[in-house]
Amino acid sequence: MAKGLKGKSAGLLLGAAVVLVALGYLIWGGIGSNLVYFYTPTELLAKGAAAYDKSARVGGMVEAGTVVWNADARELRFGITDGDTTVSVVSVGTPPQMFNEGQGVVVEGVYTPEHLFRSNKLMIKHSNEYRAPDPGKHPAEYYRELFKKSAS
Amino acid sequence: MSGPLGNLATIVALVIAALGAAAAFTGAATRRPALVASARNAAFATLALVIVAFLSMEYALITHDFSVKYVAQVGSRATPLFYTIISAWSALEGSILLWALILATYTAIVAWRTGRQPETELMDSYALGAMLTSNIFFLLLIAGPANPFGTVSPVLADGPGPNPLLQNHAFMGVHPPLLYIGYVGMSVPFAFAIGGLLSGNLGRDWSRTLRRWTLVPWAFLTLGITAGAWWSYEVLGWGGFWAWDPVENASFMPWLTATAFVHSVMVQERREMLKTWTVSLIIATFLLTILGTFLTRSGVIASVHAFSEGLVGPFFLGYLGLVLLLSLVLIAWKSEHLRAAGSLDSVVSRETAFLFNNLLFVAFTFVVLLGTMFPLLADAIRGAKVTVGGPYFNQMTVPIGVALVFLAGIGPALPWRRGDGGAFSRKLVWPAGVAALVGVMLMVAGVRHFWAWLTVVTAVFAGGLVIGEFTGPAGARRRSHRESWPAALWSVMTGNRRRYGGYIAHYGVLVAAIGIAISSAYKHEGEWNLTKGGPPQQYGAYSLQLDSVWAVKERQRDGVIASVQAFKNGRLIERMEPRLNYYPMSNEPIATPSVHEGASEDLYLVLVAYEQDGSRATVKAIVSPMVGWIWWGGIMIALGVIWGLWPKRRTAPESGDAAAGPARELAGSARS
Repeated sequence: MAKGLKGKSAGLLLGAAVVLVALGYLIWGGIGSNLVYFYTPTELLAKGAAAYDKSARVGGMVEAGTVVWNADARELRFGITDGDTTVSVVSVGTPPQMFNEGQGVVVEGVYTPEHLFRSNKLMIKHSNEYRAPDPGKHPAEYYRELFKKSAS
Repeated sequence: MSGPLGNLATIVALVIAALGAAAAFTGAATRRPALVASARNAAFATLALVIVAFLSMEYALITHDFSVKYVAQVGSRATPLFYTIISAWSALEGSILLWALILATYTAIVAWRTGRQPETELMDSYALGAMLTSNIFFLLLIAGPANPFGTVSPVLADGPGPNPLLQNHAFMGVHPPLLYIGYVGMSVPFAFAIGGLLSGNLGRDWSRTLRRWTLVPWAFLTLGITAGAWWSYEVLGWGGFWAWDPVENASFMPWLTATAFVHSVMVQERREMLKTWTVSLIIATFLLTILGTFLTRSGVIASVHAFSEGLVGPFFLGYLGLVLLLSLVLIAWKSEHLRAAGSLDSVVSRETAFLFNNLLFVAFTFVVLLGTMFPLLADAIRGAKVTVGGPYFNQMTVPIGVALVFLAGIGPALPWRRGDGGAFSRKLVWPAGVAALVGVMLMVAGVRHFWAWLTVVTAVFAGGLVIGEFTGPAGARRRSHRESWPAALWSVMTGNRRRYGGYIAHYGVLVAAIGIAISSAYKHEGEWNLTKGGPPQQYGAYSLQLDSVWAVKERQRDGVIASVQAFKNGRLIERMEPRLNYYPMSNEPIATPSVHEGASEDLYLVLVAYEQDGSRATVKAIVSPMVGWIWWGGIMIALGVIWGLWPKRRTAPESGDAAAGPARELAGSARS
């Protein structure tokens, strides 16, 4: 009886160990291949060829005069800059309402050997703290005309 | 006026709670009931004072008293009354005040029940001391680093109002309190774990107290997490309900360990096994609530919910370290008493199912913890800014989740102690048949997503097995008592509420699992630039037509609304109005999606952008099949807990073990 029980516990322990080892292996591989590093444009370019074809986030400002919106293809091209270096970005989909030249943005995607950052996620950079609208860029500018129309 | 009053109430409450904690511990250690009685009064007084502090904050908010620091931070004359009231928990200091209120309420309930039963009096007294000690910590926070009552001068005429995301949906009034009642409630089983260890009362009474005191906050936490998922779906505008955001993870990790605990405590109660493990789980649950609060309230991790602020972080970290250290010392010191009285009889038994259940829940917790902490570790060790992608969490947790769904069916079907292999195999036959049939039907219907398919098939199998646990005993009773099916089912289900409450909760899990699998795998979306009065845009069975784009001025915000007629198979289902809201203190618009909830799928519209002249609008449509099952699953879990804890009618004179006696008999008859 006691011997049989020992055998059973051993089997149970073995089962638990197999499950744990499998999980450990999965976690190790899983976290390694799913890390997304955050770079500034300068940091990204400094990595050279090592940066190609890996998921990354790049944060910076939308460079003035670089924004091209192709409405038919719903394709947006712009340069993201940290003041020193600019990375060309292409992103598919309508940009958020607040997307604008000079706006801080974060793009997530892959940097290709063609020196183009293919973004699959375009985020407006904002802090979680409250911030008064920038002078001359009051959000109401975006819908003032609509008010006129809705009122009439 | 309300500022100083709040401060005064907090400080007096702090002193009373500290005296009460000292009285409870000394009274218990020296067996002096008079001291414990004064600790009970201290708990009631603490609650009364915290209520005064909370109400004075509400009063300051409602009367727009901008001399109070917290009001100056989140108040605004333009905010509607409802959002002003709930803004009490829309920022750091207020949320800690709500925490203290809930904690003081739990403490008063514990105090009220202390000394009712002589056999648990000592444990209850120590637990009361532990509860009061938790109060000290939160009252210190309110009096010091997270003080909401400070005065501001010069007094401003108006404030910024709450964070726009937190005043965009009425559900903000429900979801944080639910979550907090669950989250804070985990300090009660922790206190009883400490009480049991200190008093040496580690038998069935202890297990029963721990189980009951965990189930209540666990049900609230379940509802809170479900409500949070629903809120995020209804408000955040990306059509998902879960993003593995640090705050979501923070609420989810204690839920996972508490769920493991709810199962292992049954083994402890019935077989006197796994005591160290079980008590570790409940301590881990409590530690995870503090860790979660530290992660999300100290600003170390950026998140939608993070309200960063200086000293609060170190405070929580210190508390975390202290609790961890004391708990470990206590477990080591009392390890003699925690030794198992029972042992495992057979591998084919419910105990084994519980062991694997626990293993998987702990692994699940570890996966989530590692993913949440990794950015912090990477930054500390290598100085690299890194995020852990959602795919990590999904790859890791989906297989564990499916295994748990499988166990949710297998566990109830296995008997305690020693299984009869043949009887068990016979139970598997028809659920396996039905699951196979459903599997083939899903393939024919075109389901090609492996994990979604596997989840549904496993859930059907598990559901079939659990049905057997209803129909088996009910059928036996129907024959023996000559009752009708509904009457037999009712007597069986009310005869052992605890067991059937558990099975109802299992069904909730299965329903939610199916909803999560199908909606995640088969969610699809499209985005178009619609022209006012233009031709309808086709999208699957739906077509969308833009009627108008217009603006509306409301008290606290301006809104731009796209009126879209949504048709399904040519029939108008709803005139939907997704909108973008502009709050004066926010630089960017906050989207409010419009959701048409259907029985089989939801149509979800988001206004992405619009032309200033109102001629065109860019609208995103997201179709999520069966996403509603998730919310219903969460509600079912809570219903299961209510069913399980529903008080029994007192027919027989109550003895100490009255609750467990008939239950055990019934479980015994069900086994045969």
